[in-house]
Amino acid sequence: MAEKVLKKPRSFYDIYERNPSADKKMPHYCPGCGHGNVHKFIAEALDDFDVADRTIFISPVGCSVFAYYYFDTGNIQAAHGRAPAVATGIKRAHPHSIVISYQGDGDLAAIGTAEILHAANRGENITVFFINNAIYGMTGGQMAPTTIVGQKTTTTPYGRRPQNEGYPVKIAELISQLEAPVYVERVALFDNKHRAKARMAVRKAIKNQVDNLGFSLVEVLSPCPSGWKMDPVDAMHWIEEEMVKVFPLGVYKDITKEVEPYHIEEFKPEAEEIKELLDLKTESKSFARSTVPEKYKNPEIKIAGFGGQGVLLLGAALAQAGMLQDYHVSWLPSYGPEMRGGTANCHVNIREIEIGSPVVANPSILIALNRPSLEKFEPDVQSGGLIIYDSSLIDIEPSRKDVEILAIPSTKMADELGNTRIANMVVLGAIAGYTNFFDLKTLFETLNTAIKRKNLIEINRKAVETGYQFGKEHRVK
Amino acid sequence: MGKLLVKGNDAIVRGAILAGCRVYFGYPITPASEIAETAAKYLPKVGGTFLQAESEIASINMVYGAASGGVRVMTASSSPGISLKQEGVSYAAGAELPCVIVDVMRGGPGLGNIAPEQSDYNQIVKGGGHGNYKCPVLAPYSAQEMSDFIQLAFDLAEKYRTPVYVLTDGYIGQMMEPVEFGEPKTDFPRFDWALYGDAESKQNLISSIYLEPDELEEHNRKLQRKYAEIEANEVRFEDFMLEDAEIVLMGYGIVSRVLKTVVEKLREEGVKAGLLRPKTLFPFPKKKIAELAQRVKKFLVVEMSNGQMVDDVRLAVNGKCPVEFYGRMGGNVPTMKEVLEHSKKLMEA
Ligand code: SF4
Repeated sequence: MAEKVLKKPRSFYDIYERNPSADKKMPHYCPGCGHGNVHKFIAEALDDFDVADRTIFISPVGCSVFAYYYFDTGNIQAAHGRAPAVATGIKRAHPHSIVISYQGDGDLAAIGTAEILHAANRGENITVFFINNAIYGMTGGQMAPTTIVGQKTTTTPYGRRPQNEGYPVKIAELISQLEAPVYVERVALFDNKHRAKARMAVRKAIKNQVDNLGFSLVEVLSPCPSGWKMDPVDAMHWIEEEMVKVFPLGVYKDITKEVEPYHIEEFKPEAEEIKELLDLKTESKSFARSTVPEKYKNPEIKIAGFGGQGVLLLGAALAQAGMLQDYHVSWLPSYGPEMRGGTANCHVNIREIEIGSPVVANPSILIALNRPSLEKFEPDVQSGGLIIYDSSLIDIEPSRKDVEILAIPSTKMADELGNTRIANMVVLGAIAGYTNFFDLKTLFETLNTAIKRKNLIEINRKAVETGYQFGKEHRVK
Repeated sequence: MGKLLVKGNDAIVRGAILAGCRVYFGYPITPASEIAETAAKYLPKVGGTFLQAESEIASINMVYGAASGGVRVMTASSSPGISLKQEGVSYAAGAELPCVIVDVMRGGPGLGNIAPEQSDYNQIVKGGGHGNYKCPVLAPYSAQEMSDFIQLAFDLAEKYRTPVYVLTDGYIGQMMEPVEFGEPKTDFPRFDWALYGDAESKQNLISSIYLEPDELEEHNRKLQRKYAEIEANEVRFEDFMLEDAEIVLMGYGIVSRVLKTVVEKLREEGVKAGLLRPKTLFPFPKKKIAELAQRVKKFLVVEMSNGQMVDDVRLAVNGKCPVEFYGRMGGNVPTMKEVLEHSKKLMEA
């Protein structure tokens, strides 16, 4: 800070203990640097609104990386360009805090362009101070996104050329185009009058947050005598004569009079309510297992058909029924390479002991609801296994002689019941009736969970019942 | 509470909320989007925040911000998204911020595909970003563990002030299994390091900067002491039929499910096989492996990768017995049959 600080704002530390240099009273900035001014305006505003205690200041990467040496507030140091995202995180965690994101031009307008644009666009209730000095100060004077055309820097030694580097990025103009921000102003630090204006802008931007009005951004054209290789006085002139031409000063957006303040209601549900809200309030129901013939025990089931035939739901219902009878169960939808070709399939295991692989490569029961599925998976069925297929849709018969086969016209049966879509539940009933794996009581309870639309439960029950009778009648003697 | 039949991706979200997570920042990516979608469904209901960020990088930095506030916060992504997040994870590790990151691994490198792989082992277990850090890594193998481990992840994150990963795959996420959920956590300690936006906490600074080499070295030594403590206290694994095993199969996540079946089949055929399933990948069950290496004939490590965890197994075995590797890539899950055949061949050799 070049100017003499007569009375330090309370929101600064008395002694800058975090500064490793010997002099703990002086800031680390170069003489004539604008950061000191802006820091002071911020600290004064925090004093005046009496919010330093609940303020959290985000230091960026760049010359102001050590802003946390000075502000007697909560402090977070952020990665390059990410301050608005970090500010979003802490503000969302503690909405009552006053969050200030302070960034330079490389940080905000180059590497962090996405973060600032989207924080502004979400209308985060934070305050952003953007120090535009048209150069990378800390890294030694390289081109910034805001370097003006013709300006010499260490990486534009012949001056910035639009053909190569494009034009300076105008942040105040850009941000003010978005709908959410409530206040965007560009100010400059080259004489007392303009410094006073800058001070007012800083105050307003912080006040907006205190009043919960939303996102504010103040762009400050700020001298960097070291980066520009000028003495502090020339630097002031350069802002006035060169920078202001490219970055016109003024209020770019102010809708603070029109917007309603945010209202944040804290809601902290108790344990019981949380369980309710997470849909976890279920009683544990348990149903007795049926006597299952040895050959049908621990089935490894593959169910396949077209998407839309309710393949996944049928599998889930089988798993659900198994769970109700305290079996170990797993359900796995077709995933990865298996998904090719428009057929849907799923793998279900129902087992007396823990299930290893949930993948069913060689099913003991194959349920095929369309012809491609039957053709594709028939060869995989275990010898002595069972193939159930929809004989009203599939016009061929399985050729395997070493397996049991149950042909069920499930789609036709479902049509007769008045709804093609319940064919899968006809099959559910049929498997149970045929193998005696589940009784109707268990299946009906399953429907209560599996069928989301309660008015459809009745017709699904009918489907299960019809299928069950069919399966029972076709049991192998 | 009774058991519920739920997907792993659902179990992980509801488990996280039960563990007290009220803030989630994420970005859509297959096959992890379902976690974000479930979080978007449930978090607002319980007074929490779900926010879809503009990028993976923004989302991990939002996590960094919220973690600075001492709240339980998480994000989830899949391999390429995790690569993007690594910068933020390094900062969080350096600033010692507790947070939880879920990686639902998919096929790589590059865009690869959306099918399951385990090729993120190195980037997750070995640190991934820049700097001398590691994160505890939990590897669930069932929907139940998705729920249990996410809760454990938050506890470990806070206990050790570190990011914690839950490393999983599309199979575990997509699979439905019965899950018994725990009780909701409703009391949360106030941390003396965190920022709450009040007078008592404002002296705190969240930063990973240590300008002086000696200071940064000391900070790094402190981190290493923390990792040593984690290694001493937090190793978790499942021992399945290892007692008299002659061949030890090793795998995690979906692979370990396949291996369990392989072990059963091998036993049926009279081969003394066992399964060592790491539940924590860092810390790694080195001691158990070293002890087994003294008495078993062989290790067979199976991964859906080019062989990443196998390096750690070899280090722990330290030449005491052969360590074989069987891997599939590109989204192919090794089948029970192929691993069975391979194991039998190895035992005959
Ligand atoms: S390099 Fe420029 S911006 Fe950085 S401290 Fe010096 S004058 Fe200020």
